[in-house]
Amino acid sequence: MAKKLDKVDVVVVGSGWAGGTVSAELSKAGYQVVMLERGKDQKRSDFIGVKDELRYTNRHEMIEKLTGDTITSRVALNDVALPVRLQKDMNTGTDLGGGSVHWAGSVYRWRSYDFEIRSKTIERYGEGKIPEGMQIRDWGITYDELEPYYDKWEKTAGISGEPDPLGDKRSNDYPNPPMLASPAIKLFKESAKEIGLHPYQMASGNMSQTYTNPDGETLNQCMFCAFCTMYGCDFSAKSDPLATVIPTAQKTGNCDIRTNSLVRRVLHKDGKATGVLYTDTRTGQEYEQPADVVVLAAFTFSNNRLLMLSDIGEMYNPETRKGTIGRNFTGQFNSTFLGATGFFNDKKFNYYMGAGGLGGALSDYDADLFDHSDLDFIHGGGIELRQYGDAAIKNNFVPKDTPSWGKEFKEKSLFYAYRTLTVWYSAAVMPWWHNYMDLDPTYKDEYGDPLLRITNKLTEQDKNIAKFGIEKCTEIVEAMGADIVEPDELPDQFDHTYNGMHYIGGVAMGEDPETSAVNNYLQMWDMENLFVVGGSALPHFSSHHPTPTIGALAYRAAEGIEKYLKEDGGMLAEAKTASVKV
Amino acid sequence: MANNQKPNNNSSGMSRRNFLKNSGLVAGGLLGGSLFGGLVTSQFQKGTKDESASNTKVQESFEARTFFSRNEDFDLLSAATERIFPEDEHGPGAIELGVPYFIDRQCSGDWGNNANDYMHGPFPTITKTEQYEEDGVNTEKVTSSTVVKVPAGTPSYQTKMTRGVFFLEGIRAMEQTSKEKFDDRFIKLEPEQQDEVLQMFESGEVQFSGVDSADFFSLLRQTTIEGVYADPVYGGNRNMEAWKMKEYPGPRMSFLNEIEEEDFIVMKPESLRNYQGH
Repeated sequence: MAKKLDKVDVVVVGSGWAGGTVSAELSKAGYQVVMLERGKDQKRSDFIGVKDELRYTNRHEMIEKLTGDTITSRVALNDVALPVRLQKDMNTGTDLGGGSVHWAGSVYRWRSYDFEIRSKTIERYGEGKIPEGMQIRDWGITYDELEPYYDKWEKTAGISGEPDPLGDKRSNDYPNPPMLASPAIKLFKESAKEIGLHPYQMASGNMSQTYTNPDGETLNQCMFCAFCTMYGCDFSAKSDPLATVIPTAQKTGNCDIRTNSLVRRVLHKDGKATGVLYTDTRTGQEYEQPADVVVLAAFTFSNNRLLMLSDIGEMYNPETRKGTIGRNFTGQFNSTFLGATGFFNDKKFNYYMGAGGLGGALSDYDADLFDHSDLDFIHGGGIELRQYGDAAIKNNFVPKDTPSWGKEFKEKSLFYAYRTLTVWYSAAVMPWWHNYMDLDPTYKDEYGDPLLRITNKLTEQDKNIAKFGIEKCTEIVEAMGADIVEPDELPDQFDHTYNGMHYIGGVAMGEDPETSAVNNYLQMWDMENLFVVGGSALPHFSSHHPTPTIGALAYRAAEGIEKYLKEDGGMLAEAKTASVKV
Repeated sequence: MANNQKPNNNSSGMSRRNFLKNSGLVAGGLLGGSLFGGLVTSQFQKGTKDESASNTKVQESFEARTFFSRNEDFDLLSAATERIFPEDEHGPGAIELGVPYFIDRQCSGDWGNNANDYMHGPFPTITKTEQYEEDGVNTEKVTSSTVVKVPAGTPSYQTKMTRGVFFLEGIRAMEQTSKEKFDDRFIKLEPEQQDEVLQMFESGEVQFSGVDSADFFSLLRQTTIEGVYADPVYGGNRNMEAWKMKEYPGPRMSFLNEIEEEDFIVMKPESLRNYQGH
């Protein structure tokens, strides 16, 4: 029997950048907030001394355990989906601060093209450029409208960087200067410049100097120790919710953070959310937490599954292409980070050093910054050379004709350690009618609820854009003077690995309730006091990681929730009916 | 030949000669770590390693099997890891690095028991791609190199076996294959013959326990590499010998002053024990 708790103003599900930001803003504004996190409590000092590659990178210390639940996955509608069973194939974050605590820290705003992708594509190339079944649409918000929220998030997070020479208009510089450039990054930039491209130092959530954000939270300068991705920062030099929005929420005294609290249903009555039902994962005790406003700010998979299990909104049906929940599923798959690898016989780079967001980048082949008239895809990708810093298990790169074990492997893997540089193209991924999420008919979680099922197929668009990117990266690696240049191979089909952390959509924003689930304040069209914040709101996957866009939209949502609470309800944005068929 | 070297299960799995040679470093590490913390430890050790090596008595090793009950399973595993990462002019191979013990420990823990993976049924019982084709299931080729992708076109590891069980079944299938093909036990074979058995497994020629041998090989290969290069705390990479071969410095506080350096910098490796400072 669920224990009923006292009602609060707002209950927030999830504690990453999305949930953390909303909780910080609303508790600062004086509202009583309860934040629920399924994972354990943690704090920044827990990560002192964590530089253990096997434990964190190979055994996934910070990744959600799949013991109780996972997702199932298939390629096509008539396939039988099977569970993704191993943590190494399914990397989602958990614990206080969410996946953001072990992020690399790569920071890119998405492009003005993204937010009006359908209109802008049609305007430049005509309606025929968009293939049948590609469900792109304008987002119901423009880049210029979102820009102040990007700016706010970058200041909270203390981003270090310099403007992209091909970037959209910014109201301010990044709050911190760019990171130092290593010799490998200098080589990348100089070589790219020589062939007429526009490289720059990528922006990062690793701090280039000690920084105190507008909420008074302080971050240390990054030491380039190379333990970022898959690790919490040993030195508090990486921006994450534990270092920023969570302590900001805590010090207001208005935010009650409850960890080990797995939300299993959104409760609702007469078209309004009344609270959530959650289970204490340590004791099994169920609780009912009533609230005036419910905010789902968990990972994409959980946001979608919670709505489906709670019977809120209309689930997407690929046969009729109607319904919105589960629609517009995209992510970064095995077609996303392809490029070319260079092996240098006469140069050695200090590649055991690095930082998650340390790299060179260029946008010449991004978004619609180049002419697609004669190309068989839309959108583009970012090109990067990243110096994460490789530890010893990972650093086993050998040219393709080398055996993967034995004497020759040992010889070459020792020789090419620190002589191997990769340049990749992070291609954008478009939504299609046949790629979506629903509930699995067979597999269940530890409480007996159905698992989320993902149906995802690589399309010609995905293969064509990747092929283009591989060619461009190969040109750069050749210009860098590598002795052996190896372009990546194109995959035939999706390989069911979800180890890139970035999967989005399913509760996507827009201006038409027929095709979108939330408006541009991330308020549900079907339930005005339910806000669904996070990657689930993004209608397609642009050419870079989604974190800053999730952060910006979280600030936008927080503003909307405050308005909703102040003005006593109502829809915050007006629905527009379909002017185009999708 | 190093590849035929039989591990000594009563002590540490590496030869006595090497054990004596390296034990000074082990003792030095323990001594430094117990007296000082953090950076102080590292500084202290740098100055005293050689001295402590010369006047410290041999440290007894307590290394033993806790997962592989049968000697013959462990012996085969050891020989196979040595073929995957052999001793050569660059330095020690898998056996001397302690990789068999690393794998033994991994198999008995959470990872070996798939404690953090989704292991609920139903498990599909058909494993051949052709059968899926007959059933009209999508079998487009995938490029994943994941363990146990049964069959092509589905998520990996659709088996009820834990990794520990998988290791036992795989090792015994290797022994069986060795006897069938060369009429002798795997550890008695010539190195080239051992390689041939490993290649048969790598190419997926052998089927056992409803899985593909290529999946077992890929698990064996990956775990061997992990044992070679993981921090010595897990039982492999003894005395950080693999890090020395790779010129990997181990966990460090800062490279702020070196990140812009043009020349490659070789540092004496330090372990997690050093880094954590106790």
